[in-house]
Amino acid sequence: MKVSLFITCLCDIFSTNVGKDTVEILERVGCEVDFPELQTCCGQPAYNSGYLKDSKEAMKQMMRAFRDSEYVVGPSGSCVGMLREYPEVFAGDPDWEEPAKELAAKSYELTQFLVDVIGVVDIGSTFKGRVTYHPSCHMTRILGVKDAPKALLQQVKGVELVELPIAEDCCGFGGTFAVKHAAISEQMVSEKSQHVSETNAEFLVGGDMGCLLNIGGRMAREGKKVEVMHITGILNYRQ
Amino acid sequence: MSIKIGNAPFESRVQDGIKNDFMRKAVSSAQGRFRSGRLVAAEELGNWEEWRTLGEEIRSHTLENLDYYLEQLSDEVSKRGGNVFFAQTAEEANEYIKEVVKKKEAKKIVKSKSMVTEEIGLNHALEEVGSEVIETDLGEWILQLDEDPPSHIVTPALHKDKGQIRETFAVKKGYDKSDRPEELALFAREQLRQEFLQADVGITGCNFAVAESGAITLVTNEGNARLATALPDTQISVMGMERIVPTWEELEVMVSLLTRAAVGQKLTSYVTSLTGTRLEDEVDGPEEFHLVILDNGRSKILGTEFQAALHCIRCASCINVCPVYRHVGGHAYGSIYPGPIGAVLSPLLDGYDDHKELPYASSLCGACTEACPVKIPLHEMLIRHRQIIVERENKAPKTEKMMMKGYAKWASSPAAYKMSTKVARPALKLWTKDESISSGPGPLKGWTDSRNFPAPSKQSFRAWYKERQKGGSYNGNPK
Ligand code: SF4
Repeated sequence: MKVSLFITCLCDIFSTNVGKDTVEILERVGCEVDFPELQTCCGQPAYNSGYLKDSKEAMKQMMRAFRDSEYVVGPSGSCVGMLREYPEVFAGDPDWEEPAKELAAKSYELTQFLVDVIGVVDIGSTFKGRVTYHPSCHMTRILGVKDAPKALLQQVKGVELVELPIAEDCCGFGGTFAVKHAAISEQMVSEKSQHVSETNAEFLVGGDMGCLLNIGGRMAREGKKVEVMHITGILNYRQ
Repeated sequence: MSIKIGNAPFESRVQDGIKNDFMRKAVSSAQGRFRSGRLVAAEELGNWEEWRTLGEEIRSHTLENLDYYLEQLSDEVSKRGGNVFFAQTAEEANEYIKEVVKKKEAKKIVKSKSMVTEEIGLNHALEEVGSEVIETDLGEWILQLDEDPPSHIVTPALHKDKGQIRETFAVKKGYDKSDRPEELALFAREQLRQEFLQADVGITGCNFAVAESGAITLVTNEGNARLATALPDTQISVMGMERIVPTWEELEVMVSLLTRAAVGQKLTSYVTSLTGTRLEDEVDGPEEFHLVILDNGRSKILGTEFQAALHCIRCASCINVCPVYRHVGGHAYGSIYPGPIGAVLSPLLDGYDDHKELPYASSLCGACTEACPVKIPLHEMLIRHRQIIVERENKAPKTEKMMMKGYAKWASSPAAYKMSTKVARPALKLWTKDESISSGPGPLKGWTDSRNFPAPSKQSFRAWYKERQKGGSYNGNPK
């Protein structure tokens, strides 16, 4: 199966290991991976801030970048969720409605792709540790991916998975929200950090790097020792 | 009071909220109760998603045919001896009600809880003509004694704890007992019963008006609406023009959704339906009945992309699950309609000038949309509001606009983008220590005031990928 990696700008620049792990995981389950270099950012920062026109520029670039791809797979529920909304954004646009529909139809978040398209839950990983999982809002509510990440984590040998209290609550990231309304965002992320502490987990795992940088950044500031990892870090781990 | 409450700027209201530990504890524990209550009630009902779809269908059908149902409602109310008044604005509604009250020479008016009368500032208007208005919902009564605006649309005094309530009763009404909720409630009930008996006019809101029968339905926890409608001789109900259902059958569905979504009850304690004036063989009910149907900006929403906001049945589910609301409280919104629905509705009804911050007071987590029993896409509407604020109202900050222009250039040019992956790290080098930024420049500062930000990686992913194609490898994890 041919898969184009959608790296997301955050993982391209900041959390590059997520991309490396994603490539290796996809190859391990038998995919032929390529990386279209024309890709940039999904458009979400501008779209969610109300800059429709500016966001469309980014979206068009993404449609150009992935025009020839069979599948587009990315390690983020939020960014893939954005791709899936392109058809609504370009509804009625004679030039872009079709490409938008095409891209949305072939785009998947990584865990969703593994479980729903490839049909695997056990990819032979081993990882020792007490892990709690934060289901990011856009992964679950926008993209509708609720079970796949947990199903995969449960199959990792050595992982002790513990429930995060009120897991579905937003961590306060929300893209530009974290900067624009930093004071409110701080309250939200502090509460999330508190919930993570209550689990006594050594590792906090999630499928969206934005949320993880937010929670991890807060916990580091609070001097907490919990290690924050993208789910790909665990799925690509073998001891 | 009107839709807007207070004049403090948004940021300072938020700070007030965040610093108010009392309020936050009260709100947080209430949210916890509501949340689990709602989930249990929804599960007991079974097929919650199908119920939501049904609720949405009923609401959108009704709104699509609003003219027809309003006319039917009006005819039915008139047939049963009631008077119907269509008010375009808050002022028109208040004037009409003042006239009725003046004609009756009413000294005392009892009111059951109603957001729409808050919206038009009715109490204030009635005091102008010298009538005493008494709120009979416990929460509303507390707020009235305290001259405090509501902070929640179902439990208006949610921000107060029992100690504060005891204090209010003691200062305003000479209460001298404990702060046990039962004792407080008993005291309130005794006080309010007296008022009911002496009242000349009863005023209520309306949860749903049934078009086919002209019945006004009120859903309450305390049964005070029943008294407010049964005892006084003159009855006035005020309703938003969208609060209508075609028949009793749809009413049943909507009440089921409302009570479960609101507080997780199968049925709120009291569902009261009021049909016209007292008939010869009836023992109670009003001699005179007025129905005031309020537009106040609603018809402007019809036919727009925001029409679904009029589907709202004021259950407060979206408020009860909202993490922003939990941390800042209802008053921070500066509108009698707080939380996600308030952030959607306030600018629509009352303009962007006073409410332009509200659409941004959300992380767009979508918890509201998921909870809404009539499936209003609340977080999408917030984005739409932001678009209007940026593009039509031109109210966005200049620096933000410039940044977004820059963003568009960056994200539409692979070359510029690629360059940024190279220069991000050196650009932030000054602020970087141990691969982490703890006090960042410009817009990063908001973030780094309370949390660390990572330094850009030494090598971007795309650079690594290029190398890998030439035979490089990834050695991040033990294999
Ligand atoms: S928007 Fe939906 S959830 Fe919020 S109060 Fe209205 S009906 Fe309830």
